[in-house]
Amino acid sequence: MSEKKETIGRTLLVALAVCLVCSVFVAGAAVSLKSQQQQNALLDKQRSILRIAGMIDEGASGNEVRRVFNEGITARLVDLQTGQFSDAMNPRTFDPLKAAQDPALSHTLAPEKDIASIHRIERYSVAYIVEQNGKLKTLILPVRGYGLWSTLYGFIALKDDLTTISGFGFYQHAETPGLGGEVDNPRWLAQWPGKEVYDDTAHVSLTMVKGGGAKGHPHQVDAIAGATLTSRGVEHLLHFWLGPNGFGPFLQNLKKGDA
Amino acid sequence: MAKPTVRNVLITPIFENNPIGLQILGICSALAVTSNLRTALVMSIALTLVTAFSNLSISAIRNQIPSSIRMIVQMVIIASLVIVVDQVLKAYAYSVSKQLSVFVGLIITNCIVMGRAEAFAMQNPPKLSFFDGLGNGLGYSTMLITLGVVRELFGAGKLMGTTILPTVNEGGWYIPNGLLLLPPSAFFLIGLAIWGLRTWKTSQKEIPSFRIAAHVHAEAY
Repeated sequence: MSEKKETIGRTLLVALAVCLVCSVFVAGAAVSLKSQQQQNALLDKQRSILRIAGMIDEGASGNEVRRVFNEGITARLVDLQTGQFSDAMNPRTFDPLKAAQDPALSHTLAPEKDIASIHRIERYSVAYIVEQNGKLKTLILPVRGYGLWSTLYGFIALKDDLTTISGFGFYQHAETPGLGGEVDNPRWLAQWPGKEVYDDTAHVSLTMVKGGGAKGHPHQVDAIAGATLTSRGVEHLLHFWLGPNGFGPFLQNLKKGDA
Repeated sequence: MAKPTVRNVLITPIFENNPIGLQILGICSALAVTSNLRTALVMSIALTLVTAFSNLSISAIRNQIPSSIRMIVQMVIIASLVIVVDQVLKAYAYSVSKQLSVFVGLIITNCIVMGRAEAFAMQNPPKLSFFDGLGNGLGYSTMLITLGVVRELFGAGKLMGTTILPTVNEGGWYIPNGLLLLPPSAFFLIGLAIWGLRTWKTSQKEIPSFRIAAHVHAEAY
């Protein structure tokens, strides 16, 4: 070690030079890759929506996802408090999950209302609409809620009667692989289409039961073996988001035709 | 010690001086990302690149680094490389980067990278350091890929997401071992791998640090 290398001036100089070079390097990479990353995030979301609604296959290419999404799906902003469509924000760029963290766009849920354990709910959310011949064919809504030890994020697709499920699934969770993680099992997910959310009194009636319940029962779904808490979480999040504090008022308005 | 050559800095870390197997470094990520082969592979590539290039750049400026701040300088270089790798993954392998989540970022704290920078790159020329980083990355990758194959194949009946052993849940015959999908199983597998490695390369066996002395008294009456 030479003495010259250890002076304060030199130490500062080396530190400064290293920091400068590294920050230019990092900033350069971040800036030049940003648009590609944003595209990926958007594509990932569109892919999950289409996959859960059953509109694409598992291995569809990026271009196909973009095409099907842009041709078939309209995003509309929904005011969860009034249950009406709203034009307050651009639904293409609005992120309900980010809004739920923003005090100006969300509020805390009272514990007795917060059955899905999400703590805060956003004022606005986004509904994805598939239309055919000018009439609503499928409505896709975002849902989320706490399972055993993670929040499950997913979408539910409803048919034009707004009660029959046409698709359901999650795009992000961290439940135990092999147990709660079976919410991703295609065989388990396959039993959801055809189930009915509401009974005659417009009350959310879906229940998770051991053994699958009576054959052809419109509201009973087989719970996941070995994952009681995850199953309960799934049931709760559906009750919350399709009930009076979630999309319930909106769905009723839409059914009456004055959303 | 003989002067290191490119060949032996590249080859020895794979089995002779495996960073996970012998030096027991980088265990944390080896538990976290090996539940399937795809993430294990991507993590291996990311770590190998970071180790190689951090060694290269640290070695290139090793004569300029004042020893009082050398750790911080190493850290800054490693952190920059890791951030770049993370950004590239987000741009070109989005779904894998989502699965790896924080573990790419945690390469910064991976003892292998820092260890090689401090132990090798600070004393050796750039070319040799680069290959040393590559070699250690390969050693880490060997272990990770082995774990990934075993855990995904026997835990989920798949490899790279393609079904190899059809599981009972999906109408096949194979009853998967769910434990293998949980992080603790990697501990058992690493333990077995170390046992195997030390049985094969007996020079890796450690001398026991103590022996239990023989009884000098008779049993209690």
